[in-house]
Amino acid sequence: MKRVVITGAGTINSLGQDVPSTLEAMREGRCGISDLEFRDVERLSIRIGGQVKGYDPEAAFTRQELALYDRFTQFAVIAARQAVAQSGIEFSEELSLRAGIVLGNSGGGMTTLDENYRSVYEDGKNRVHPFVVPKLMNNAAASHVSMAWGLRGPSFTVSTACASSNHAMAQAFQIVQCGQSPVMVTGGSESMLCFGGVKAWEGLRVMSKDACRPFSATRNGMVQGEGAGIFVFEEYEHARARGAVMLAEVIGYSMSSDASDIVMPSKQGAARTISGALRDARLAPEDVGYINAHGTGTAANDKTECAAVADVFGRHADKLMMSSTKSMHGHLIGGTGAVELLACIMAVRDGVIAPTINFEEPDPECALDVVPNEAREAHVDVALSNAFAFGGLNAVLALRRAE
Amino acid sequence: MSIPDRVIAIIAEQAMLEPGDVTLDSTLEDLGVDSLGLVESIFAIEETFDISVPFNANEPSAGDFDISTVGAIAQGVQRLVAEQS
Repeated sequence: MKRVVITGAGTINSLGQDVPSTLEAMREGRCGISDLEFRDVERLSIRIGGQVKGYDPEAAFTRQELALYDRFTQFAVIAARQAVAQSGIEFSEELSLRAGIVLGNSGGGMTTLDENYRSVYEDGKNRVHPFVVPKLMNNAAASHVSMAWGLRGPSFTVSTACASSNHAMAQAFQIVQCGQSPVMVTGGSESMLCFGGVKAWEGLRVMSKDACRPFSATRNGMVQGEGAGIFVFEEYEHARARGAVMLAEVIGYSMSSDASDIVMPSKQGAARTISGALRDARLAPEDVGYINAHGTGTAANDKTECAAVADVFGRHADKLMMSSTKSMHGHLIGGTGAVELLACIMAVRDGVIAPTINFEEPDPECALDVVPNEAREAHVDVALSNAFAFGGLNAVLALRRAE
Repeated sequence: MSIPDRVIAIIAEQAMLEPGDVTLDSTLEDLGVDSLGLVESIFAIEETFDISVPFNANEPSAGDFDISTVGAIAQGVQRLVAEQS
């Protein structure tokens, strides 16, 4: 089995349009959630989100590219450019035949769908742009990243709602770990912040109208975000041989299904996945210093997740830190685990723990150290990243400080 | 059909019971209506009466729409319908 390290990272999300600005925002406990801006927003009852603002697609892409790139594809390509640049990797003919991309995404090209449904249903048009299908399909982003760098190895999109990114990165990890390819591009991307996307979520009545307050007794629901996080996963010796800077080592993962309810989380399922990741990474509970929580800010998730962590870690649960950065960037659904992995990298590499902001009042059912409101300096060797999706599909990753 | 009878019919359908088996004193828990069933019932009520029910699944007891019993829900609906007109 090969060791797997992260040698490049990129992102665009409501906190920042690259990794340094995103980590700075997390350190400062800044909130990226603001009033949504798009057509028909006045017909929504939920009008806030972690929307990427001040972003100019035309500065990043040509007109021909934009004709084919939905917003979630744009985000994926932008983040991949940063990750590949940071890694310094050169995709030689030989490497590019083996390297691929595994991307997490849930909704596909929602903006494209929304605009074109509006055009045929509301405006009564009978013709749509010829690229609607290649733009909206949820493997489009993975395909465009593969084309941009000529990646011809295993490439696909994983769609497991809020766990998509973690499942995707677990797959990429496996591919590098078993020696199928020495390099994989991976992560997730999502953009559901359009009228139809938010309207659909409204229906479930789990969204907050004012703020995302994970673990706080005053929490009243999730807030959506958008964006992408992309990483270069590389075989350790391959990275060492070329003198690459290692941001962190990926040391294990676990995937499971609750097989119980389509929306309600399960303590047993979450606990089984967390302990599975510890086992896979050969960790004792005491080794873990930080958990980036799924922490959606719903009543059900947060108490279930805390109970699962308490079960798995026993007395150590009171010593470890667990925060939800969704309080700052919102819930990026299929892209969320990728942006949240940045907080895990910051924990093990920089010794800075991102806070859970908007924390107002302790909830006895969430009685863990959730790093309320202010980032903290701490020496952390190992961090976990939790994702527990609608549909009961779970994936947890384990990271260690690079040596 | 009166407003309470229509509310009973909606909730009975969710609970897969005959309307006669649902009383104003019944709680949703008694009837076996879970959180998804509740969200679906609220949706059906909004569609039937053309009203907006202030309900957030994260804090079902918050706000001024009481869901503690079928009767409380029916009263809340009556109030919202009256406010509407």
